Amino acid sequence: MNIRTGLWTLGVALAASIATAQAGAPTPKRGGTLTYLIPADAPPSFDGHRETTFATVHTVAPYYSVLIRVPPDDPSSTTEFVCDLCTEMPKPTDGGKTYTFKIRPDVKWHDGSKLTAQDVATSWNMIVFPPKGVTSARVSYYSMVDKIEAPDDSTVVFHLKYATTAFLPALADPFTWIYKKEILDKDPHWYEKNIMGSGPFKFVSYEVGQSIKGVRNPDYYHKGQPYLDAIEGIFTPKQSVRTDALRADRAAIEFRGLPPSARDQLEKELGDKITVQDSDWNCGNVLTPNQRHKPFDDVRVRRALALAIDQWHGAPALAKIATVRTVGGIVFPGSPLAATKEELQQIAGYWPDIEKSRAEAKRLLKEAGAEGLKFELLNRNVDQPYKFVGTWVIGEWKKIGLNVEQKVVPTGPWFQNMRAGTFDVAMEANCQSVVNPVLDTGKYLPGKIFPDNYGGYDDQTSIDLYNKMQYETDPKKQRADMRAYEKHTLDEMAHEIVLPYWYRIVLARSYVKGWKISPSHYLNQDLSNIWLDK
Amino acid sequence: MTAITPGSVTSAASADTAWRRRTLAGTVLGFCRRHPLGAIGFVIILIICLAGGLADWLAPFDPEENDFSTMMQAPDWIHVLGTDQFGRDIFSRLVFGARTAMIVGFGAAVGGGVIGLILGVTSAYFGGWFDLVFQRVLDVLMAFPLIILALAVVSVFGTGVFNVIIAITIPLVPRCGRVVRASALAVREVPYVDAARALGFGHTRIVFHHMIPNVLAPFLILLSAFVGQAILAEASLSYLGLGVQEPVPAWGLMLQGSAEDYATTAPWIAIFPGLAIVITVLAFSLFGDALRDAIDPKLRTR
Amino acid sequence: MHRYIVKRLLLAIPTLVGAAALVFVLMRLIPGDVCVVRLGAGGTHVDPASVAACHRQLGLDNPWIVQFLDFLWSYCTFDFGISMWSGNPVVQEIGTRLPVSLQIAVMATVIAVLLAIPLGTISALKEGTWLDHVVRVVSIAGIATPSFWLGIMSLILVLNVTSLATGTPWLPPIDYVPPWKDFWRNLSIVALPAITVGYRYSAVTMRITRSAMLEVLREDYIRTARAKGLIEKIIINRHALKNALLPVVTLIGIEFAFLIGGLVITEQVFNLNGIGRLLVQAVQNQDNVLAQALVMLVVAIFIFTNLVVDVLYAWLDPRIRFS
Repeated sequence: MNIRTGLWTLGVALAASIATAQAGAPTPKRGGTLTYLIPADAPPSFDGHRETTFATVHTVAPYYSVLIRVPPDDPSSTTEFVCDLCTEMPKPTDGGKTYTFKIRPDVKWHDGSKLTAQDVATSWNMIVFPPKGVTSARVSYYSMVDKIEAPDDSTVVFHLKYATTAFLPALADPFTWIYKKEILDKDPHWYEKNIMGSGPFKFVSYEVGQSIKGVRNPDYYHKGQPYLDAIEGIFTPKQSVRTDALRADRAAIEFRGLPPSARDQLEKELGDKITVQDSDWNCGNVLTPNQRHKPFDDVRVRRALALAIDQWHGAPALAKIATVRTVGGIVFPGSPLAATKEELQQIAGYWPDIEKSRAEAKRLLKEAGAEGLKFELLNRNVDQPYKFVGTWVIGEWKKIGLNVEQKVVPTGPWFQNMRAGTFDVAMEANCQSVVNPVLDTGKYLPGKIFPDNYGGYDDQTSIDLYNKMQYETDPKKQRADMRAYEKHTLDEMAHEIVLPYWYRIVLARSYVKGWKISPSHYLNQDLSNIWLDK
Repeated sequence: MTAITPGSVTSAASADTAWRRRTLAGTVLGFCRRHPLGAIGFVIILIICLAGGLADWLAPFDPEENDFSTMMQAPDWIHVLGTDQFGRDIFSRLVFGARTAMIVGFGAAVGGGVIGLILGVTSAYFGGWFDLVFQRVLDVLMAFPLIILALAVVSVFGTGVFNVIIAITIPLVPRCGRVVRASALAVREVPYVDAARALGFGHTRIVFHHMIPNVLAPFLILLSAFVGQAILAEASLSYLGLGVQEPVPAWGLMLQGSAEDYATTAPWIAIFPGLAIVITVLAFSLFGDALRDAIDPKLRTR
Repeated sequence: MHRYIVKRLLLAIPTLVGAAALVFVLMRLIPGDVCVVRLGAGGTHVDPASVAACHRQLGLDNPWIVQFLDFLWSYCTFDFGISMWSGNPVVQEIGTRLPVSLQIAVMATVIAVLLAIPLGTISALKEGTWLDHVVRVVSIAGIATPSFWLGIMSLILVLNVTSLATGTPWLPPIDYVPPWKDFWRNLSIVALPAITVGYRYSAVTMRITRSAMLEVLREDYIRTARAKGLIEKIIINRHALKNALLPVVTLIGIEFAFLIGGLVITEQVFNLNGIGRLLVQAVQNQDNVLAQALVMLVVAIFIFTNLVVDVLYAWLDPRIRFS
């Protein structure tokens, strides 16, 4: 199901995709309650426009609709998007600068009133152009958007400043829930503490920090869905509780991803009562040397840090104990823009011969006068995979004589140290929802262009290379430009060290059917296509 | 002034001197006979201290050397207690962990104990508003949740062994301060302290030479209990991710990651550090109890 | 007696202010703040403008002294503030979690007492025998075990035992239900945490019972009673235990106060939505208002329990005079 099939009516498209996806599989059964684990503490609020944590998505997504999304039956695709509230995926007009969406006529809010294009346009305007006093977390994704309007009750038009392929993936962001205009007009903060949407489930109750419950929305516009009668999400911040709960069937699924140890344990104990879905994850840890601190301003030292790490042998071993697996460059390995293994092996830190690589690292350190360097690795107080990866790289650095202490702090101080530039080398994470390499690699631009780069360097070449890649429309040339930008960032300047990409392992009781894994724990969480085989 | 022996003033002190008069061997034998559990505890403590001290010679492998070719191996003749997730020898990590445990345990216990001792005695000696303020400070520290203290210390200074010791020391101060202050109050009333004051000795000299020696008995008992508590506190902090950090070998840290993940698939990773903690803390508790009974059965401490 | 209580309550004020100052400063010493945590929770994107707006909205850009006086003054007017994280009133945030923690604490204390007093007494009466040694080692092992390990292992034990017995592993429910809604479900949830916590705390109580008992048994009046040929059981029950219990009562009271603040780890292991877990969240989210309120609550409970214990102690033991 790609954009072209969006020319059909959505109902037909969905029916077709279900038929193909489940050819030979049993037809979905109706009924039952799905109990799922939310691996977090209570989210700060229910408002997806405002929050950034997956806890908000896993808690509230089943109650809302979005304009477009990744295909629920093929969510691992990195290039396809389908309608949720619209009737068909539009072809851009005006040289790629205008997108006109027709809104389904059969959508009802949970309060019984009709959802119109006005609601959609108002919600999107809140996301892209938040009024004073309203926080929107993703304004920067939509810098290409000029104007959003609803000329009538069934049409929403997005006018762009310039044509870009980054627009549709940004539009499919899983936090962009559609809220009711009437409510937003009265109180733009209402949705922080209340839930009222048009999604597959209706909100029933919330026990703060403990659980959230919903029931089937009988008026849901995707006919036949949802299959479940009810859902209950239970907040379980500790991993041991989640593994135990799955084992004793106190909950049926955990959507974020559990470590390999939990998979091994549950497979051993439950056999075929448990199913495993796994996927590369559009998240990865990145080491950022702080170039404001000596000697990390010396490219030789930074290159040595990269050269010491045996990615090719480390990644498969780490995959047995931590939620990481695939070696990659700055682009998510599943994307057409990603580097091949041969291309990667040209870059410092990816050399096939680790002995040669370590010898070069030692030589560089000696040349830079930084032999036996002692420094701190700033890491976040999260076991998987931050601390595992941290312990691994410290062991790798030890092999070239570096003496590194791990400074592990909670999220707040971790960010603050990076923002203030008070660290030697930081273990960062680059974690995105919809795979959108052009936007995602902006992370590696100097801080004056991209404020969330904490390396403390300025580098005009890097900016030029990125811009060349960004505005290139020919896929082949864009790929070549991406390689140049990648080689410059990781090899020549060694501004950042990209570590193996995360690996998502979702464990479920075998009776949970219909849900498919995607490269991001933010995506595909409205639970409308899940059914229980029991 | 030396003519006045402190021995005659309190029951604690008299027991103390009576104890001292006997020969060392006789004392040890008597202690073992009357307090067999305490003696066992003492032997265990000795073994752990030796293990920690001689770790460089005892450990067959580098405790911080990752080796993915030997990940999660069950105990065998090469790795007697198996290997952990990073292929590190668990026995070596336990032996070096004993060193960390002793540094954290004794560091925090002595730190908290000595500060508590000095503050408690000073407070009892001066009395008045100083004592009143001191008691309020103790109340605050007593009731204050450890996690906030620990998090603040760790966030500001980092998670090194030394900072973990600071975080654990602070809550021990009031526990010692209270007990010492109570004992010191009794000492303050005895004539020789008055005499010392009348002779014009400085406060420092009176506190250090005449009061502190007389409250050493309860202090030593507390100290033995604190070591165990500090080792446990390190484990609790590790569970919250605020303890000693990888790759430093520390029991609490070894237990934290493994107890959740490998309790059934690779139990040796979770069991041995747990046993090390339990046995060590048990040993310190038993020894402390026996010490208390031996020095003065009337002293009750927590 | 009344004057004593009033004096103690007045003395509590500086303690509370001291605790307030300490938590206030510590929370602000931790680098970063609730805005950074909240805006950056998802990935690494923290927009400086949004952070500034958030600071303004929450009053975090005011000078510390203004914030502190504000904090003290609002407590004087019984206004405990709004959680910086969730935007809900602090009273509501704590109110929904306190019953869970109180229930566990009370049940654990009861279990600890039921275990400790008989064991401590037996241990004292059989001093030096193998029975004494076994009781002491088993009991002290309770506090020698890291609480999270004990919790995790007891859950795994339950899973494995039920798996062996019935073929399907069983675990208590992971979402708390208050006892008045579903008594048995509630019991199945709280039993295990209460037993593990109670076991740990029984060790402390057992030791004090034992030593108090030993001390009393050496007193003259017990010897007299024995000399008079009274039956051992009566001596123990009527004379010895009653007197030995005085320090035990003190200890139980103080331990209870510690328990409330000490549920931090147990609540996480058993997925209980209590104030211990809330405290960890508040500190990690750098929700100053909520963390302050929780610390003040824990300190207030501590002061109050100590007062009750002292009054009770005096009431039980007429030798004590209030000064």
